[in-house]
Amino acid sequence: MSQELVLDLPDLSRRRLLKGMGLATGLALTIGVNGLVRAAVEEPKKYGGDAMPGGLKEDVLVFVSIGTDGIVNIVAHRSEMGQGVRTSLPLVVADELEADWARVNVVQAEGNEARYGNQNTDGSRSMRHHFEPMRRIGATARMMLEAAAAATWGVPVGEVQARQHQVIHKPSGKTLGYGELATAAAKIPVPAKAQLKLKPASEFRYIGKQNTRNVDGQKIVTGTTHYGIDTRLEGMLYAVVARPPVFGGKVKSFDASAALKVPGVAKVIELQSSSLPPLFHPLGGIAVLASNTWAAIKGREALKIDWDHGANAAYDSPAFRKTLEDAARKPAKAVRNNGDAAGVLAKSKQIFAAEYYQPHIAHSTMEPPAATVRIVNDKCEAWACVQDPQATVNALAGHLGFKPENVRVNVTLLGGGFGRKSKPDFVVEAALLSQAMDGKPVKVTWTREDDLHHDYFHTVSLERIEAALDAKGVPTAWLHRTTAPTIASTFVENAKGGAPFELGMGAVNLPFNIPNMRVESPEVPAHTRIGWFRSVSNIPHAFATQSFVAELAHKAKRDHRDYLLDLLGPARKVDPDSISDSWNYGESPGRYPLDTGRMRHVVELATQKAGWGRKLPKGHGLGLAFCYSFVTYVAAVVEVVVGDDGEISIPRVDIAVDCGPQVNPDRIRSQAEGACIMGASLTLTGEISFKNGVAQQSNFHEYQVMRIEEAPREIRVHLVEHKLDVPLGGIGEPVTPTIAPAICNAIFAATGKRIRTLPIRDQLKA
Amino acid sequence: MVTLDINGKSQQLDVPNDMPLLWAIRDIAQLTGTKFGCGMALCGACTVHLDSEPVRACVTPVSAAVGKKITTVEAVGEDKVGKAVQAAWLELGVAQCGYCQAGQIMSATALLRSTPNPTDEDIDEAMSGNICRCGTYPRIREAIKLAAKEGAK
Repeated sequence: MSQELVLDLPDLSRRRLLKGMGLATGLALTIGVNGLVRAAVEEPKKYGGDAMPGGLKEDVLVFVSIGTDGIVNIVAHRSEMGQGVRTSLPLVVADELEADWARVNVVQAEGNEARYGNQNTDGSRSMRHHFEPMRRIGATARMMLEAAAAATWGVPVGEVQARQHQVIHKPSGKTLGYGELATAAAKIPVPAKAQLKLKPASEFRYIGKQNTRNVDGQKIVTGTTHYGIDTRLEGMLYAVVARPPVFGGKVKSFDASAALKVPGVAKVIELQSSSLPPLFHPLGGIAVLASNTWAAIKGREALKIDWDHGANAAYDSPAFRKTLEDAARKPAKAVRNNGDAAGVLAKSKQIFAAEYYQPHIAHSTMEPPAATVRIVNDKCEAWACVQDPQATVNALAGHLGFKPENVRVNVTLLGGGFGRKSKPDFVVEAALLSQAMDGKPVKVTWTREDDLHHDYFHTVSLERIEAALDAKGVPTAWLHRTTAPTIASTFVENAKGGAPFELGMGAVNLPFNIPNMRVESPEVPAHTRIGWFRSVSNIPHAFATQSFVAELAHKAKRDHRDYLLDLLGPARKVDPDSISDSWNYGESPGRYPLDTGRMRHVVELATQKAGWGRKLPKGHGLGLAFCYSFVTYVAAVVEVVVGDDGEISIPRVDIAVDCGPQVNPDRIRSQAEGACIMGASLTLTGEISFKNGVAQQSNFHEYQVMRIEEAPREIRVHLVEHKLDVPLGGIGEPVTPTIAPAICNAIFAATGKRIRTLPIRDQLKA
Repeated sequence: MVTLDINGKSQQLDVPNDMPLLWAIRDIAQLTGTKFGCGMALCGACTVHLDSEPVRACVTPVSAAVGKKITTVEAVGEDKVGKAVQAAWLELGVAQCGYCQAGQIMSATALLRSTPNPTDEDIDEAMSGNICRCGTYPRIREAIKLAAKEGAK
């Protein structure tokens, strides 16, 4: 493996200059930071992949190469973290290219958005943004092969056709293989986009089928893949870092003498704490570099460090819950206001209000953050498990004082991502240590304790909803105060209040047919690094709104499904702008309106498949929830069993998913299954709490994640079929938020006990 | 110097006796298929076989492995049961990110060697120590049953 990894550095110089890449360029666009200079005449607004940093690139010569041996190399430019993207995007190219999947080799791209287009593997965007470009790339290569064959035979191109790795001359039946045509095809001019002929969907071989196995599967089961933690370079040092226990803290003084006596320890280096906002900066601390990981860990244990804990040393979770509650009980800035909810509530005779709390949670990817960096001749090369390789290039360049073109980031497989690995702070640590060691290769490994103490945590939240009800128990007004430290605080010092992309995750864009809808976003501070976690703000928002509707249905003595469908109202397409959703997942409101017909359909499908209303044994309950997220429609019905001792088990979950057309249905199902289990995990036990500014959970005995015996025994995923006239939705995230409210609604059905605080842990006991 | 038998090869490793087997395998013997996940025997990512018994390499000192046959995921396919488990994993598309799957496969192989026809309860008990954050548990359960069925042929 080590030889395979050692790449020549000189080709670094051939890469293009990336202009204007500040540390937070892309993110500044996403979060809409105030103060950006705006042009006097604005260009037409871009959407989807075109609006992402780096945009979309579809240069066939970059993405496809064919060897004279017939092997078709297809570049995967997005990061693989279990969603199957290294299989699913190349299979789109291969399908249009009429390549035989058995003769396709997938090549992982390094971080370079000028070359590959946007690579930030986040936001459930890979297939949604890149399906069409990948089709065009495959079609382009196919047409070049056909043109080369026609020229070789001296026949009109209309007489030839590419099929399964060869081009056929239809009148004569002559064939030429792709390997035989490779050299000639490379000389054919690249056809213009307008001339491309895409395959009709009826001729797809791989798209929408289940006949393409995971390209990394064989290596995974034999332990021969390469994750971020697996890199090994000649002469490499292994490092672990003692970071400030409290976010914003720094080293006052330290004594490394005992650490340096640990056999194998080579060096102890102080890393400076970075200024606010946290961005993707390392946290600082004391690094121990050794000849192996174990020696580095032992060396770190022997360090004596006196910390200045800084401004967040009083962060305490129970106290902060009170801060959130106080904020949620006072009027705040409206971020959506249709009708006059405040006025109606003030006059209403019947008001129902409820509050829902979710603590911080940690991503806890099974592979903790880990990265290796070396510096040779003022050029930096990194191997890292990163979701956003271009942001990694930028962060490394910024911290090292290098030009971006002198930084190469090789993307390994990611042992889980879930949003954590879109922040490359850990790669910067390795780079700074390599720089301090005159360029020697350094691998930084985070231990599980590091990972749980220093995550970019999913935010803590208090969602308060008030409804004015008519005589039938139907809301005439809805007021939602969504109260949580914002992810924007990671990028803008002291940012408070929900950012548009947080509010647009199921708070403002809730398509209920209620005449008076108001959403407010009280301002509360962040005392730790807040980051996005699979499904992000949809998790607390769906927990609150979907629980609240079930509570209203119960008060009205109505069936939850029927009541929910009534609230959704008739099938219609809601313009996101009309409900103050300026974000719409970055997609065009015209192309991606919020379609309540599709929402109704998944609710009906999930309940029908789950046998909604069926007679259940004592202790069993069915619970329903929906969520529209990442432009995908999901409804879930969970069956729970609550034992006499309060023990919860989940025999079955039915999930209806409408994510538009399906490219790799088996990976859609596996994402739904996995998101369901992650959702169940955060519901039952997911909690990071703070005391004196320090995360209280250190490893999997304290931060409990779901294990096999607790997992839903059966997860049935029901996919809604579409033709290509419907645009694609996301799939990595959208199932997660439905699970907590569906479980809690099922528990209520089973026991009459309403859960409003996550995790459930032992709330049903005693 | 410690002499270890890893995947049938005897190796002299210059490591202290108390170094966990995990780091000796990964950093010194350079077999990186065995994964680090917690360091406290809580997640099972580091599971290897010592004389065919599954152990958590992150808390097993190398001294405890001396004189025993260590098998890692790189070699488990040389065994009939291990091979059937790997095949079932591929057939059902179990892996997502794949990071924990080495440990899952080692635990599943050990289970099927001792219990060729495991019940759901047997699977829960044998696999409870292996965390998968991607949530592949339903497919792991099915793959174990498939491997059992294939193994019985």
